[in-house]
Amino acid sequence: MPAVSKGDGMRGLAVFISDIRNCKSKEAEIKRINKELANIRSKFKGDKALDGYSKKKYVCKLLFIFLLGHDIDFGHMEAVNLLSSNKYTEKQIGYLFISVLVNSNSELIRLINNAIKNDLASRNPTFMCLALHCIANVGSREMGEAFAADIPRILVAGDSMDSVKQSAALCLLRLYKASPDLVPMGEWTARVVHLLNDQHMGVVTAAVSLITCLCKKNPDDFKTCISLAVSRLSRIVSSASTDLQDYTYYFVPAPWLSVKLLRLLQCYPPPEDAAVKGRLVECLETVLNKAQEPPKSKKVQHSNAKNAILFETISLIIHYDSEPNLLVRACNQLGQFLQHRETNLRYLALESMCTLASSEFSHEAVKTHIDTVINALKTERDVSVRQRAADLLYAMCDRSNAKQIVSEMLRYLETADYAIREEIVLKVAILAEKYAVDYSWYVDTILNLIRIAGDYVSEEVWYRVLQIVTNRDDVQGYAAKTVFEALQAPACHENMVKVGGYILGEFGNLIAGDPRSSPPVQFSLLHSKFHLCSVATRALLLSTYIKFINLFPETKATIQGVLRAGSQLRNADVELQQRAVEYLTLSSVASTDVLATVLEEMPPFPERESSILAKLKRKKGPGAGSALDDGRREPSSHDINGGVEPTPSTVSTPSPSADLLGLRAAPPPAAPPAPSGAGNLLVDVFSDGPAAQPSLGPTPEEAFLSELEPPAPESPMALLADPAPAADPGPEDIGPPIPEADELLNKFVCRNNGVLFENQLLQIGVKSEFRQNLGRMYLFYGNKTSVQFQNFSPTVVHPGDLQTQLAVQTKRVASQVDGGAQVQQVLNIECLRDFLTPPLLSVRFRYGGAPQSLTLKLPVTINKFFQPTEMAAQDFFQRWKQLSLPQQEAQKIFKANHPMDAEVTKAKLLGFGSALLDNVDPNPENFVGAGIIQTKALQVGCLLRLEPNAQAQMYRLTLRTSKEPVSRHLCELLAQQF
Amino acid sequence: MQFMLLFSRQGKLRLQKWYVPLSDKEKKKITRELVQTVLARKPKMCSFLEWRDLKIVYKRYASLYFCCAIEDQDNELITLEIIHRYVELLDKYFGSVCELDIIFNFEKAYFILDEFLLGGEVQETSKKNVLKAIEQADLLQEKTEHVSHSKSFVGCKKAY
Repeated sequence: MPAVSKGDGMRGLAVFISDIRNCKSKEAEIKRINKELANIRSKFKGDKALDGYSKKKYVCKLLFIFLLGHDIDFGHMEAVNLLSSNKYTEKQIGYLFISVLVNSNSELIRLINNAIKNDLASRNPTFMCLALHCIANVGSREMGEAFAADIPRILVAGDSMDSVKQSAALCLLRLYKASPDLVPMGEWTARVVHLLNDQHMGVVTAAVSLITCLCKKNPDDFKTCISLAVSRLSRIVSSASTDLQDYTYYFVPAPWLSVKLLRLLQCYPPPEDAAVKGRLVECLETVLNKAQEPPKSKKVQHSNAKNAILFETISLIIHYDSEPNLLVRACNQLGQFLQHRETNLRYLALESMCTLASSEFSHEAVKTHIDTVINALKTERDVSVRQRAADLLYAMCDRSNAKQIVSEMLRYLETADYAIREEIVLKVAILAEKYAVDYSWYVDTILNLIRIAGDYVSEEVWYRVLQIVTNRDDVQGYAAKTVFEALQAPACHENMVKVGGYILGEFGNLIAGDPRSSPPVQFSLLHSKFHLCSVATRALLLSTYIKFINLFPETKATIQGVLRAGSQLRNADVELQQRAVEYLTLSSVASTDVLATVLEEMPPFPERESSILAKLKRKKGPGAGSALDDGRREPSSHDINGGVEPTPSTVSTPSPSADLLGLRAAPPPAAPPAPSGAGNLLVDVFSDGPAAQPSLGPTPEEAFLSELEPPAPESPMALLADPAPAADPGPEDIGPPIPEADELLNKFVCRNNGVLFENQLLQIGVKSEFRQNLGRMYLFYGNKTSVQFQNFSPTVVHPGDLQTQLAVQTKRVASQVDGGAQVQQVLNIECLRDFLTPPLLSVRFRYGGAPQSLTLKLPVTINKFFQPTEMAAQDFFQRWKQLSLPQQEAQKIFKANHPMDAEVTKAKLLGFGSALLDNVDPNPENFVGAGIIQTKALQVGCLLRLEPNAQAQMYRLTLRTSKEPVSRHLCELLAQQF
Repeated sequence: MQFMLLFSRQGKLRLQKWYVPLSDKEKKKITRELVQTVLARKPKMCSFLEWRDLKIVYKRYASLYFCCAIEDQDNELITLEIIHRYVELLDKYFGSVCELDIIFNFEKAYFILDEFLLGGEVQETSKKNVLKAIEQADLLQEKTEHVSHSKSFVGCKKAY
C-alpha cells in the first residue's frame, strides 16, 4: 500500500515507513527502529562494499528515524561518501542528510568541505545549486569561514546560470546574517545592486532579499538601489495581470517581488531625486487605487496577494511619514478593513493602524475609528484580534480621549483573557499616569486595577503609584482617604494592603482628623489584614506600624504590644523577627526627636523613566512604548515619567542584578547578596531614596565601592608582574578589531553596563563602575553553544602609547568554558593620564576544534573618569572665558540621529559623566555641563554646552578643556550619542 | 522566515525546516509548544498570532497544518501565500498531494522546499521553474518504479 512517487524507487524505505506507521504503540515503534538501526549498522560495517543505491537507501532511513525525533550517532561517513557520488540522487540525499543533521555534529563540516568545494567548482549548475543549498541550510560560522569569500564571485560571474545566481544570493544572505564579519565587501557589491535590473524575475527576487539585508549595515554603499528598485516596482505595478506570465499569481503581478521591493525601500528615507520620488509616489497611489477596484478573482489567494502589497505599501508610507495625503488615504483604507468579514484583514488593519497612530499627520484620522476599535475589543471572538484592538487603543490614546479609553480598558479587564490581563494592567497604568490631569483620577484608576485584577498588578505598578503619591503633595490626602475606604472591603487584594499600608504609614496623618479614620481605627483596620498576608506584606506592615508610632504617639503602646508579641519576636521568618526586634527597640530607646528624624516622611523619588514602561517594553520587545516615545506629543508638564529613553538594548537585556524597581539607570555591578530573601520588599521600595534605607547595612553602592580596592601603587609595573599578562600576545599578534567595534564602543560611552558583543557562539556582557581615576570592570563571557570552548583566553592589549596612559590589571579566567556556562573576568583599571584610544580586548578560544578569535574595543573611554562638578552660573562663565584659546575649544555641528528628547539628552549627558547645570544658559533648551577628568598625573577641567535645534534636527556641541586633544576627543565621543 | 513546520491534526510532525541555528532541544521545545498552540485554535480564528517575539502564520490544508514563524517586519499575508504556493508545488509534483505523499516521500518535500525557499527567503516563485529543477533531478534517476497513488488532500478518508 505504500505510495511511492514517480522516479524514485526506494522500496525498502517505503516498507520501513509503513512498518513504523503500523506500530500500535510507542514501544513497538522503538523496537522496530532499533531493529532497523542494528541492520543498518551491520550493513555499514560489513565487509562487502555497499553500492551507491543501498547507501542512499540506508542514509535515507536514518534521516527518517532522526526526523521522528530519535538520536542518530552514525552514518555520517556514508552520507559524506554520497556527496562525492556522480549520481545526482545519491548526492542529493547526502546533502539532505548533512543539512538536517549537521547542527548536532559540527565535526562533520570539515569532512564535507572538500566535497562542497568540488561541487561549487564543477560548473554543473545542478551540482552547484545543491552545494549552495547545503551551505545555506547549515549556515554556520564554519561554513562562512570556508565559503563566504567564494560565493560573491559566483553570484556576479557573467557565466553563472540564473538558478545558480539565485541560490548564491540567498546563500550569501544566510552567511552574512550568521557572521557578517566573514563576508568581505568589495567590488562585487556594486554589481549585486545591478541584479535588480536582471531579466530573470527569479534572480531579482533572490537578489532583493540580499540587498535589503546588506544595505541596513552599509546604507551608503547601496544607495543606488533606490532608483533601480523604484523603476522595477513601477514596471510591475503598472503591468497588466498577464504580462509577467508565470510570475503572476492569481492575477496579481509578482506579489512576492513587489513586497520585497517595498521592504527594501523602507531601509531608506524618501528618495532625494524628485523624478524618482515622483515615480514612487505614483506607484504608491496606484496600489491604493487598485485596492478600490473590484477583485479580478473571488479566490482568497487573489485578495491576499493584492492586500499583502497594499499593507507593505502602507508600511512604506508610514515609514516615510511625510506625505499627509497618502497617510490619510492609508488610514481610510485600513478603516474599511476594520469591519471586513475576513478576520485576517481586521487583525492586520488593527496592527497597521497602531503605527499610523503615531504619525502627526494621521493621528487624528486614526482617532475617528475609536468606536469601531472599542467594539472590536468587546466583540471579536479571537483573543489575538482583541489584543491588537487593545494595542491600538493604547496607541491612539491622547489627552482628549484618555478617560474614555482607560475606562473601556478597565471594563474589558473584568472579562479579559488571562493571557493578556497583565499587559492590559500595565497599559492602563501607563495611560492613567501619562494623561492624568488630576491625580485623584490616577489614584482611583490604579486602585480600580488592583480591585479588578489584583493578581495581575505587578510590583512595578504598585511601586509606581507609591512614587507618584510620594512626589505629589496635592494628592496625598486624597490617596490616604481612598485607600482607607478601599481597605474596608471585606475581601481586598493583598496588593491593596501593601499600597494601603505604605500610604497610611506616610500620609495617614492627613486623614487622622476625621474620627471615622482616627489613628487607632487606621491601625486596627490594617492589623485586621495582617494575619492573612504573606511574609513580604507583613514586613511592610511592620514598617508602617513603626511609622505610626512617630505619626501618632497615642498608638505607641498598642503597637509596641503587637511588636512584643511572641508571634513577632520569635517569628520563624528572620526578616519579620529582625524588624520586630529592631522596631521595638527603636521605639523604646530613641527620643521623640530621633524617632522623628529616622522615620521622617520619604523624600521625593528622583524622576526618571517609568519602571512600568520599562516592564511593558520588556514584555513586548523594543518599540512597544512607541505611543509614548514619539516626539510628536507636546512635552507635558504633567508628565511624571519624564522622557522615555529609546534604548531598546538596555530594555531587552535587563541585567540579572538590576533592582526590582528597574529604576536605577545603571544597576550596581556585583551588588552584595540582598540582605534577606522575600522580606526585603521594603528595602526595594526605598532603595531609591538615600535617606530611606531602613536597614542599617551599607547601601548597594557603598558595598560595591568598598570592594573596589585600588590597584597596587605602581600599576604599570603591576601589569607586568601579574601572572596573566605573561600569555599576553603583543599587539601585532592580535587581529584588527571587528568592523562593528566602534559602534559597540559608542553604545557604552554614556552607560556602564550592557551586552558588549554577541554572536551565535558567544555573548560578552559588561558591568563597570568608575570612581575618580579608578575603575573596576566585570566582563561576563557566556558560551551560547552546547559545546565546551577550549583554550579560552581573553586578554587586554594596549595599542600604541596606551600602556603609559592607562593601566589595566586582568585576572586570569578558566581556560575551559562549558556549553551554556558563563565565566566572569575582573579588570582593575587605573587612568594614569589622558588617553584617546580605548584598550583592545582580544578573545581567543577553540570551538569544536576550530580556533576562534575576536578583537573588540574595551568600553573604557576617557569620560569614564569624569567627576561631575556643580557650579553657579557666574563661576561657569568665568571659567568658560578662561578657556578661550582657540585650541582649547572643540565644536561640532551635527544632525540628530535619534528623536530629540530633552529628558533623554539629560540622561545621556549625566551618563557621560558631567554635572548638568541649570539656570546657566539663558536659553532653557540648551544644556550646560561641567566636570573634571581625573587621572593619576593630572586633572583636566571640562565645560560643555549642547544646543539643540529642534526645527533643523541639529545639535551644536561645544567643549572647552584645558587640554586640546581632550576637548576634541570628548567632543567626538559625545557627538556620536545624539 | 525563521522556520516552517508541517504537522498533522494529531500533532505529528511531518516536516521541519529551520532557518536559524537552534539546538535540537530547543527545536523540540518550540515544536511542542507551537503544535499545541495552533491545534487549540478554532477554525474561524485569524491565521496570525504573536508568539515570543515572532509572528506565527499558519493555515490548515485537509489533515495538515502548515505553520511559519516570521519576524516582526515580515509580511503576514505574503507568508500565507508562501504556504499556499508550496502546497501548489507539492500538489503539482505529486498530483493531488495528500499527507501520505509527504510521509513516504519526505525527501522530495524537502527538495521542493529548498528550490522554493532558501535561507528563509523566497528564491523562485515561478511554479514552472521550481518544478523544472526538481524534474530534471528525476530524469537523472537511475531506477524507476511505478506505483500509483490516488489519495488527495481533499479525498483522503483514512485516519492517520
